Amino acid sequence: MRRILLSLTILAATGAAGAWFVLRPEPLPADALAGLEADAVRGEQVFWAGGCAACHSAEKAEGADRLVLKGGRRFPSPFGTFVAPNISNDPAAGIGTWTALGLANAMLRGVSPEGRHYYPVFPYASYARATLQDVVDLRAFLATLPADPSPSAPHEVAFPYNIRLGLGLWKRLHLDDGWVVAGDLNQAETRGRYLVEALGHCGECHTPRGGLGAMDRNRWLAGAPIPGGKSRFPNLTPAKLTWSEADIVAFLTTGFTPDYDSVGGAMAEVVDGLSHLAPSDRAAIAAYLKRVVPAE
Amino acid sequence: MKTFLLTITAATILITGVATAQDAPFAREIKVRQGIMGYRTMNVAILGAMAKGEVDYNAEQAQKAADNLLTAASIDMSMLWPEGSDDFANPDTRALAKIWEGGSDVGAKAQALVDAATAMQAAAGIDLASLQGALKGVGDACTACHEAYRASAN
Ligand code: HEC
Ligand code: HEC
Ligand code: HEC
Repeated sequence: MRRILLSLTILAATGAAGAWFVLRPEPLPADALAGLEADAVRGEQVFWAGGCAACHSAEKAEGADRLVLKGGRRFPSPFGTFVAPNISNDPAAGIGTWTALGLANAMLRGVSPEGRHYYPVFPYASYARATLQDVVDLRAFLATLPADPSPSAPHEVAFPYNIRLGLGLWKRLHLDDGWVVAGDLNQAETRGRYLVEALGHCGECHTPRGGLGAMDRNRWLAGAPIPGGKSRFPNLTPAKLTWSEADIVAFLTTGFTPDYDSVGGAMAEVVDGLSHLAPSDRAAIAAYLKRVVPAE
Repeated sequence: MKTFLLTITAATILITGVATAQDAPFAREIKVRQGIMGYRTMNVAILGAMAKGEVDYNAEQAQKAADNLLTAASIDMSMLWPEGSDDFANPDTRALAKIWEGGSDVGAKAQALVDAATAMQAAAGIDLASLQGALKGVGDACTACHEAYRASAN
């Protein structure tokens, strides 16, 4: 009996260790950013391309308020409602004390400074493809933004999804920093791929999701239902998006569709962010979209 | 007989008139204001086609479209937005009741379009780059009001 108990204990212990091994957070090596110099001006471009303001500014923020990253927006999902945290420059309520490595671990690995997993509603499944240089520059830009003392609100997520360790498994299965669109791409298409698949996280809305909420790479940008809404995120593949590249560029610049209706819903803020980029970047996005595999 | 027919016709017209008014309150106001929105769009489309390079830049045409846009943005529309003419009262409109609620800044949003159209009027006739530069301001003004006060299309 003693022996049975003992083996059971050993089994349980190795099981837990094994589970921990599978579920453990995997931060970047401590010297990952060695030798990278920060440029806050470039960081501002990363900020707008990454759409951080669209989630971390207050709901309906306009103008200068879009740079106050106090958090509070709510994101309904089948797993519960997530609330964007304060990532302003406040040392206590926000991320004022964070290092560039801390930000890189959050954006590329979905790991907090304390070693906890983040939920993938924070689109690190896309940001995982970002360059370390961009994160270093972004860190420098975020440091120039205002501090706000509003405390972050807790997520409203029930068991079992409130167990963050379980996200380790999700990451093993779904965190994939390989490019979706492969093959020979020219310079503009390659830049567009970076903007769409990494920073712009366009797939997070426009790609349908599987059971555990991971983007379906086989139906990349093929459109998806809007959580908590009636309508759909439109299909952006050439099967449905038949707009010319000039039409797409005009839309991403001014918000006017080819029939001069105005952009609506969550896309309005995406356009607001992209309109801060260089014209060549919006042209690159349009060029990339033409290379996506058509899917109905 | 003639008089009889005439009476019937008149009565029919009267009845249909009344019925329409009852079924669809503010139908007239809604139709007219949507028409003004459409006229704004027409002029934006002329500017937009040049901005995109679909049509060659033409200073005179661009100026005309910008002048029209400013006129259409500045027109006094107060008669066309009676309180209650919202998408709840009449399915033919996408105007949200929020327009008339306390804290509504619809006036400021309308003024923002006047400002953007004024900037476009000053820019459109100069050259293509100036026109392109001013178009985003116009787009932002249309989007901001639609996002706040217009129901989504579906
Ligand atoms: C789609 C919405 C969304 C976008 C876009 C987004 N975030 Fe977040 N972010 C979140 C949510 C939700 C969380 C909370 C995740 C959690 O608690 O697991 C979060 C968490 C974070 C955290 C961790 C904060 C903390 O206190 O631990 C940082 C840092 C962060 N985001 C930075 C950014 C930056 C920088 C960008 C732009 C490059 C960005 N986010 C874009 C939604 C978003
Ligand atoms: C937060 C969700 C979200 C993200 C992220 C997002 N979009 Fe969208 N997008 C939408 C919604 C919603 C619409 C529908 C807009 C409307 O109804 O006017 C849309 C519409 C569009 C359209 C118009 C398609 C059509 O047929 O009408 C294009 C093009 C587009 N998005 C491109 C992009 C690109 C490129 C990115 C990444 C840089 C992106 N979107 C990121 C939500 C999103
Ligand atoms: C101050 C607010 C406001 C501004 C600014 C504004 N709109 Fe509108 N627009 C509305 C509202 C409200 C509706 C819905 C009207 C209705 O359905 O009765 C609407 C409807 C429309 C429609 C649909 C008309 C139809 O036939 O149903 C178009 C097209 C349109 N607007 C174009 C524009 C354009 C282009 C601009 C910028 C040049 C613009 N609007 C600026 C408030 C605004």
